[in-house]
Amino acid sequence: MSITPLIAYAHVGKSFDGGRVVAVDDVSLAVAEGEFLAIVGGSGSGKTTLLRLANRLIEADRGRIAIEGEDVSRLDPILLRRRIGYVFQSGGLFPHLSVAGNIGITPRLLGWQQAEIAARVDELLDLVRLDRALYRDRLPHELSGGQRQRVGVARALAAKPRIVLMDEPFGALDPLTRDALGDDYRTLHRELGLTTIMITHDMTEALLLADRVAVMRTGRLLALGTPAELSASTDDYVGELLRTPRRQAERLGALLPRDSAA
Amino acid sequence: MSLATDPRWSEALGHLPDYLGNHVRVSVAALALGLAVSLPLAIISRNRPVLRGALLGLASIVQTVPGLALLALFYPLLLALAALTAAWFGVSFSAFGFLPAVLALALYSMLPVLRNTITGLSGVDPGVLEAAQGVGMTPRQSLTMVELPLALPVMMAGIRTAAVWVIGTATLSTPIGQTSLGNYIFAGLQTQNWVFVLFGCIAAAVLALVVDQLLALIENGLRSRSRLRTALGGLGIAALIAATLVPALGRSHARYVVGAKTFAEQYVLSALLAQRLQAAGLPATTRAGLGSSVIYEALASGDIDVYVDYSGTLWANQFHRTDIRPRAELLGELKTRLAQQNIDLLGELGFENAYALVMPRKRAEELGIHTIADLVSRAPTMSIAGDYEFFSRPEWAGVQKTYGLSFRAQRQMQPDFMYAAVASGEVDVIAGYTSDGLIAKYDLVVLEDNKHAIPPYDAIVLLSPKRHDDEALKTALRPLLGKIDIAAMREANLRASGNDASSSPDAVARWLWEKVGR
Repeated sequence: MSITPLIAYAHVGKSFDGGRVVAVDDVSLAVAEGEFLAIVGGSGSGKTTLLRLANRLIEADRGRIAIEGEDVSRLDPILLRRRIGYVFQSGGLFPHLSVAGNIGITPRLLGWQQAEIAARVDELLDLVRLDRALYRDRLPHELSGGQRQRVGVARALAAKPRIVLMDEPFGALDPLTRDALGDDYRTLHRELGLTTIMITHDMTEALLLADRVAVMRTGRLLALGTPAELSASTDDYVGELLRTPRRQAERLGALLPRDSAA
Repeated sequence: MSLATDPRWSEALGHLPDYLGNHVRVSVAALALGLAVSLPLAIISRNRPVLRGALLGLASIVQTVPGLALLALFYPLLLALAALTAAWFGVSFSAFGFLPAVLALALYSMLPVLRNTITGLSGVDPGVLEAAQGVGMTPRQSLTMVELPLALPVMMAGIRTAAVWVIGTATLSTPIGQTSLGNYIFAGLQTQNWVFVLFGCIAAAVLALVVDQLLALIENGLRSRSRLRTALGGLGIAALIAATLVPALGRSHARYVVGAKTFAEQYVLSALLAQRLQAAGLPATTRAGLGSSVIYEALASGDIDVYVDYSGTLWANQFHRTDIRPRAELLGELKTRLAQQNIDLLGELGFENAYALVMPRKRAEELGIHTIADLVSRAPTMSIAGDYEFFSRPEWAGVQKTYGLSFRAQRQMQPDFMYAAVASGEVDVIAGYTSDGLIAKYDLVVLEDNKHAIPPYDAIVLLSPKRHDDEALKTALRPLLGKIDIAAMREANLRASGNDASSSPDAVARWLWEKVGR
């Protein structure tokens, strides 16, 4: 479906401990501009490693990764990371910096003017739906989990990246907050024309948010496709992963009939 | 007279600007140097476990060296280094006072700073480090923008510990020639001036507490990210440093410095010499409490101008002679030897402060002991006490060899307490000093050394090489030569050991001049 992939993995491999632990095994994957890809897998499936290879938080052993058509191994990793947004598992906010300080960090590293950074911070607070005046000067420990993750998203978007990588961004949140944040991000993704890869272990979340879902197991890419394509998969593991959302959907459908809503 | 109205309080207060100022300056310099060395080391070693282990081990070993010994070690070390730089580059520096004190104290401050910095840096949440990398920080930016700010409260706690240690240990820098609050303590201990001891201890404790609280304020401010508290603490420290610099700027620099070793007689004699110089219109000050080996080198290198030493001490310690010569012959040869080092032996004061075996008069008479030889048959059932160095000195080896003397037990004691110990019968014999006033006070008797095993210890006035041609100085001091006999010195020493206002070195020196000067 993609003519010009913005992120392209070609036969990428990565192992740890001198080759004893294979984290990513010959993965090829292309993400088109504007696409939202979710990578689903259990712990140890290699999904986080795969994500980090893209902005060289981890260096690949084999294969080639291209971002916007450029081979990442030929790019300065520091500059590469500054042009890719990254959302960490539980926010990963700097505890000693205010909300504004956290959001403005990458622009600051890029040498933006103070006024420019301040304006961008306010713009982003609006975007992630946090009150400017109320939250700008707060420290991370004064925020709720959901608010922290909103700041994390704002920080990732601060330097106007085309690509956003998200590492289980909503995993530690309560279901309601998680749902609201997921929807809000999906809107941002569309409105800003972002290209997003999101890691999750939750198939339901992946199906609800992403255009396409990749399933990983023991370092290998098992399946890749739209929810409809996935449901046609004959792979046992993919079937197992889809069983839970299917059953939930059926039971919820039975429990909450549409026409009985008030 | 009550303790509160004792005039020695105001005398002590008079020294405070000088002693406190020097104390703060040496402590601040040491702490700054310690931080300048330990912080980069801790940062470099944070990801290098082997280096980190080695550094912490080394710092711990340094910490186990007693403060006094560490300070004392740096003096000869720097002296050798100064000689080396003088020979190689023609650059010489003073190995006396400030420099060795700063180096030793800086070394002492390293452990808490290293340990807390390493702990603080390794305690930063790995998730936060990952985020720093993820947003595009270079390793250096991650260190300065994230790791150090987060580790700062823990580092500050280490700096606080170091500051308190350095301020406490700096009181021990007096014997290597660095003026500090320790001057009160050393002088007070030696002249039994408990007001001074108390004053010194309180001043050092108050200083340590104030600095600790100011640093605590900064630490607290950093922890709670309160700029106000951090700034207030910083301001307090800055004000403290500034306050101690003011008297230093306005201080008149005395031209002549009279040195004194660490015992009462030396405090009195240095005060007497300084008074004579001032009376002759020469500005003079004393630098008291110097270690026995430090003081000679300080004179040779010109850090002090004049002091009183003893012929036998120089003979054995400086020139490493073990042979014993008659009094005049020894003095003559000493004068030649000293002249080779450009040190003038101006002359003798008139008394000897020799080691002597001393016991209670009554007991000596009962046992029929008048000489050391009489002691030989009794010694195997007796105990002897001496100061910290006596039993390792050549005099003791000489006495043992000459007389074939051997005691049941030997003990080391603080010189001031020896005399009371022998008077009370706690020990049988002591190796005392002939000029000590306590000999008369406790009715003790000096056993005669008729085989001349103990060398003569004439009190002599030595002048620094740079005062070789200073006739004004020599003229001012000559009236003292030959004037102070053993009886006068004993009485002066006894007065100095009293615990009241008239027993200050200055007061006793004035009394002594009244007695011998005209």
